[in-house]
Amino acid sequence: MTHPLVEVHGLKKTYPGPVEALRGIDFSFARGEIFALLGPNGAGKTTTVRILATLSQPSAGRALIDGHHVVNEAPAVRRLIGYVGQASAVDERLTARENLMLQGRLQGLAGGVLKRRVEEMLSLIDLAAQADRPSGGWSGGMRRRLDLAMGLIHGPRLLFLDEPSAGLDPESRAAIWSEIADLAHGSGMGILLTTHYLEEADRLADRVAIIDRGTIVAIGTPEELKSRIAGDVLIVEFADPADLAEGVRRLKTNEAVRDLRSSGRTLHLTVENGAQAIPVVMTALQGVAVVSISIQRPTLDDVYLAATGRTMREAEAGIGAENSDSAIRKGEAA
Amino acid sequence: MNDGMRDDAVSRALAPIGGDDADDVAPVHGSAAGATRKEREAIAADPQALLALGALIGRLFLHDRRAPTFVIINVIQPLIWLLLFGSLFSGVTRLAGFPTDNYFAFLAPGLMVMTSLFGSAFSGMSLLMDEQRGLLDRFFTSPVPHWTILASYVLHTALIVMVQASVILLAAMIAGARPSGGFIGLLATYGAVFLIGGAVGALSNALALVLKRHDAVIGVMNFMILPLVFLSTMMIARPAMPIWMLHISLINPVDWAVTVARAGFFGHWQGDLWRDMIGLAVFFVLMTMLAGRAFRRQRLSG
Repeated sequence: MTHPLVEVHGLKKTYPGPVEALRGIDFSFARGEIFALLGPNGAGKTTTVRILATLSQPSAGRALIDGHHVVNEAPAVRRLIGYVGQASAVDERLTARENLMLQGRLQGLAGGVLKRRVEEMLSLIDLAAQADRPSGGWSGGMRRRLDLAMGLIHGPRLLFLDEPSAGLDPESRAAIWSEIADLAHGSGMGILLTTHYLEEADRLADRVAIIDRGTIVAIGTPEELKSRIAGDVLIVEFADPADLAEGVRRLKTNEAVRDLRSSGRTLHLTVENGAQAIPVVMTALQGVAVVSISIQRPTLDDVYLAATGRTMREAEAGIGAENSDSAIRKGEAA
Repeated sequence: MNDGMRDDAVSRALAPIGGDDADDVAPVHGSAAGATRKEREAIAADPQALLALGALIGRLFLHDRRAPTFVIINVIQPLIWLLLFGSLFSGVTRLAGFPTDNYFAFLAPGLMVMTSLFGSAFSGMSLLMDEQRGLLDRFFTSPVPHWTILASYVLHTALIVMVQASVILLAAMIAGARPSGGFIGLLATYGAVFLIGGAVGALSNALALVLKRHDAVIGVMNFMILPLVFLSTMMIARPAMPIWMLHISLINPVDWAVTVARAGFFGHWQGDLWRDMIGLAVFFVLMTMLAGRAFRRQRLSG
C-alpha cells in the first residue's frame, strides 16, 4: 500500500455566522487501524466525519480516502466507506432483515451475494433470531448493532463510527465495544471512531487525536499520549473552594509537585511517584479540609487537561479555560 | 455464542466482496448534485440506479403495508364526498354544462383527483422523518445517485394515489357511474391522477426540505389544497360557476387535472384539452425541479 487509507491535510470548515468548526486539521492512518477522534461535544469530531463521509464539503484543505478525493471523487469514495452516524439510522417500520436487504441493494449487492451477506451480518450481530421482527420496538443497543451491521454489509474498506456508544447503557456499551474490537483485528478495514468517552478511545483505538475547538491538540497512541505526562496524578478533593485555594497556595511551591491544575473542588497534582508524594502532600495540607486523595496513572483526561487547560467535563459544560482558574502552572503564579 | 464461532463469523463477514484491490474502484455513479446534463443522462440509463430506485420505492410501499391507516383514511374522505354529495346534489346535473345526468359519474373523476391531492399533500412527511432519523445521511453515503432518493418519495406518492383513486372509481361504478371513454380515456384519467399527485408530492417534499417542520408543512398544504379544490370544476361544471371563479379555475393546476381526468372518463375530447394536458405536465416538471433544487440545497448545506 503506497498511500494511507485516510489522509487529511489542512481541513477547515466554516459555517455561516461565521463559526469555525474546523481550523485546519491534519492526520492520516492506515488500513487495519482504529483511529479515534476524542474531544468534547462541539470540538469538530462530527464535522470531520461528515466531510470524510461526503456528507459535507470542507471550506479549505483536502481529504483523501484510499487516494480518492472526498469532494471531486465522492461517488468513488462512497463505494469504499460504511457510515454509522450518531443517530441509529434504522428504518423502524422494517425488520432487521429488510433493513439489511435495503442497505445491501443500495450498495449494489444483489441475488445470492446479497442474501449471503444479510445472513452473515445477522449472525455477526447475534440478531438472527430477531431478524423478522420490525425494529421499531427494539432496545437502543439492539438498534445500534443493526446500525453497525448496515454499515458493514458491503465489506467497506473504511468504517465511520460517529459516537457509537453514546446514549447506551453500560451493558450495551460493553457489547458494542467488543463488537468493534472484534471487527478491527484480522480485517484490513480501517475504522474512524469519534467519541467523548475517554475510556472508549483508550480501550479501542490504536491511535487517538485529541480535538478541541476545531484543532488537534495531541495525537499518538494512547500510551504515547499518557507517557507524555510522566509520573502519576494525585487527585485531591477539598471540602470547599476556600480550602482548595489554600491547598493551591501551599502546594504550588512544593518541590514534590511538578504541576497542578484545579477543576471544581478537586486539584490534579502531577508528581514523580504517587505513593511517595502522598505523605508529603498530606503534611503540606495539615489543617486544610481534605475530603479524599486518590492516586491515578495518567488518563487521556489528564492529557486533555494538559493540552487544553480544562477537563473534558468542563469543556462539555461549556466552561472555558479563560474564565476558570484551572490553568495554574507551576511558577506562573506571582 | 462461543469465541471460535464468533471469530469465524467475523472473518467471514469482513471478507471483502469482489476483490481486495484498491484501484479497481471507479466512480460508477455520478452525484446528482453538480452533475452535468450528459452525466445525468448516463445516470438515468444506469441499471444500478434503477435497481436502487426500486429498492427505495419498495421500502415506502412496505411502510404503507405495515401502517396502512393513513392510506385507508385518505380514501374514506373522498368516498364520503362521493356518496354524500352524489345523492344530496344529484339534481345539480340539470344545470347547464354538465356532461352527464349522473352526478356520481360527474364526481368520480374529480374525486379521483381529490384523492390524489389529499394523498400527496403530506408526502414530505416521510422525507422529513427520514431526515430526522438519520436515514437520509445513510442513503447519501451509499453509492446511489442522489436523485433516486428524492425520486423515490415522489414516485411512491404518485403510484399510491393511483391505487387510492382506483377505490373511488370502483365505488362510483358500484353507484352506477360508467366510464365511457374506453381504455385510452381511463389512461388519461390515471395520467392526470399521477401527474397532479406527483406534482403536489414534489411540492410537499420541497416544503419539507425548506421548512423542516411537520406542522409547517401540514399548515401550508391545508391552506392550499381546499381552495384549489373549490376553485376548480371538481364539484361543479364550468358554465355554472360565477365569472370570477371561472377565470381563476382556468389557471388552477387542480382544474387542469380534473378537466383531463373527466374528459378521459367520458371520452369527451374537446378541442382545447391539450392546453390543460400541457399545463399539467409543465406543472409536474416545475414542481419536480423545485423539489430537486431544495434537495440539492439540503445536500450541500451540511
